[in-house]
Amino acid sequence: MIEVEHLTKNYGPRSAVKDLSFQINQGEVVGFLGPNGAGKTTTMNILTCILPATEGKARVCGFDTFDQSMEIRKVIGYLPETPPLYQDMGVADFLKFAAGLRNVPKKKIAAAVDRVLEQCGLGDVRHRIIGRLSKGYQQRVGLAQAMIHDPKILILDEPTVGLDPIQIIEIRKLIQELGTAHTILLSSHILPEVTQICQRVIIINEGEIVAMDTLDGLNASMRHARRLELKVRHPSDGIQNKLEGLDKVLSVQTRGRDFFVIESESDVHLQDEVARLALDQLWGIEELKPMTLTLEDIFLKLTTEEKEVKEAQV
Amino acid sequence: MKSVFWIARREIGSFFYSPIFYVVTTVFLVLYSFLFFAIFSDFSQASLQAAPQAEALQKAGYSINANEMVIVPSLGNMGVILLFIIPLITMRSFAEERKNKTFALLLSSPVHLREIVAGKFLACVTVVSFMILLSSYSIGFIVLMGQPELGPILSGYLGLLLMTGCYIAMGVFASSLTDNQIVAAVIGFGMALLMWLLELPAQNTDSGIGMILEYISLRSHLESFLKGVIDTSDIVYYLSFMAFILFITHQVLDSRRWR
Repeated sequence: MIEVEHLTKNYGPRSAVKDLSFQINQGEVVGFLGPNGAGKTTTMNILTCILPATEGKARVCGFDTFDQSMEIRKVIGYLPETPPLYQDMGVADFLKFAAGLRNVPKKKIAAAVDRVLEQCGLGDVRHRIIGRLSKGYQQRVGLAQAMIHDPKILILDEPTVGLDPIQIIEIRKLIQELGTAHTILLSSHILPEVTQICQRVIIINEGEIVAMDTLDGLNASMRHARRLELKVRHPSDGIQNKLEGLDKVLSVQTRGRDFFVIESESDVHLQDEVARLALDQLWGIEELKPMTLTLEDIFLKLTTEEKEVKEAQV
Repeated sequence: MKSVFWIARREIGSFFYSPIFYVVTTVFLVLYSFLFFAIFSDFSQASLQAAPQAEALQKAGYSINANEMVIVPSLGNMGVILLFIIPLITMRSFAEERKNKTFALLLSSPVHLREIVAGKFLACVTVVSFMILLSSYSIGFIVLMGQPELGPILSGYLGLLLMTGCYIAMGVFASSLTDNQIVAAVIGFGMALLMWLLELPAQNTDSGIGMILEYISLRSHLESFLKGVIDTSDIVYYLSFMAFILFITHQVLDSRRWR
């Protein structure tokens, strides 16, 4: 559903996102995890066609974000970090406006508004003015706005930030329910949040992907793994298999055709074996190095504690 | 095109929710009415004095005419008042969207940027037209009291609407430059005033530059409308002025995405 290839976005001399590549399949709920300022919002803004990328490509449902942005906007629902709500409008009126803007046919608007009001638990406040609602309800209106045209893909930027613990639990429950019918990409800087809602996690730091795995996979690699990065000049199809064939290699992940992450037990040093293999096979070593910023480091930067929410859950 | 309608409709709705609209409309009506009745009482005094010698005056080629003596100056005054008032209507167009982060909704919807610009512009035009409509009670007043010619009144209003359209375009453009509404209002006002005043230096020069300045000035094109002459070149001037400014607005908004 979402394919991102070598995405780079520069703001002047500073790059917010560097050479990002990942894929999201239909029906997945993927967490986009990273500390503040890691490039999550920038990536989401590119996917939703608000910002153009400096380099690289992003495709949503097979449409290019640059050339076919109108097609993408029809199938995507976006909840930015600050929900885009007109404070002076009533809830139902605002949703009607959002429906019109998103090309919902006139005859179906009333039904669509009723549907999202019901889904987001907003029935009681449908005639209230948005500016007078609590932050939690406003967030729901933001979510309702993103779902009004029944999009295939939902992109949610920090959907629980700034809410109180009970509201957080409610919003998460709502997202989990939505995940059964939609492809969802949601960002967060809170680790437990992602572990609760998502099936797969992309961890990003300073604009670069540091890990991309299922939760179980992440947990496993956290505990006992050492990683090597290998970049080659002459990519070919057999490389991954040959690397996996090496003794003591646990797994090999690819990022693009020429970039491999080799995982081994933590007490094994594989540099020599990998180098020898690469030389024999004439792959042309561009880069071979141990992964510098470990997952543990990144995780330490993330909010790992969620005391209040736990208390509220009890 | 439907999106233009949706955007304009929401925008107009939020004008009626906001106190700014009511304050601005009240101030506009009070100022206009004050000037109108000042002119009107001058006129009635003049016609009272002229009444005994009406025939003699007519023979000499003079006439006392409500169109010329009341309506033309009143519409001219309205143009000046609107110059001050319109930036307060247009300032929020884009500045507020950016400040409240609601622009993301428009930008992530299947709507072209030009439709957003058109929607905002149309909303402001509708609101200002409504204000002008409210002020037209004064014309009704004259129609009740005398027999003004309707043709020049209608053409005067057409000219006024076209000129305010240009003010509005400049105001919307100013609003696209910043996310501070006051800054937007000041820039919009400055641009409108400059375009209004351009013909002043032109009056003192006979050179080509003077003629060019006079042609560019918004005010000089209003003159013939007020006299009852609808000249296509004036209409073309106003329309292309609006189109040009709105095009620049589009470019400014588009270029902001790349930074």
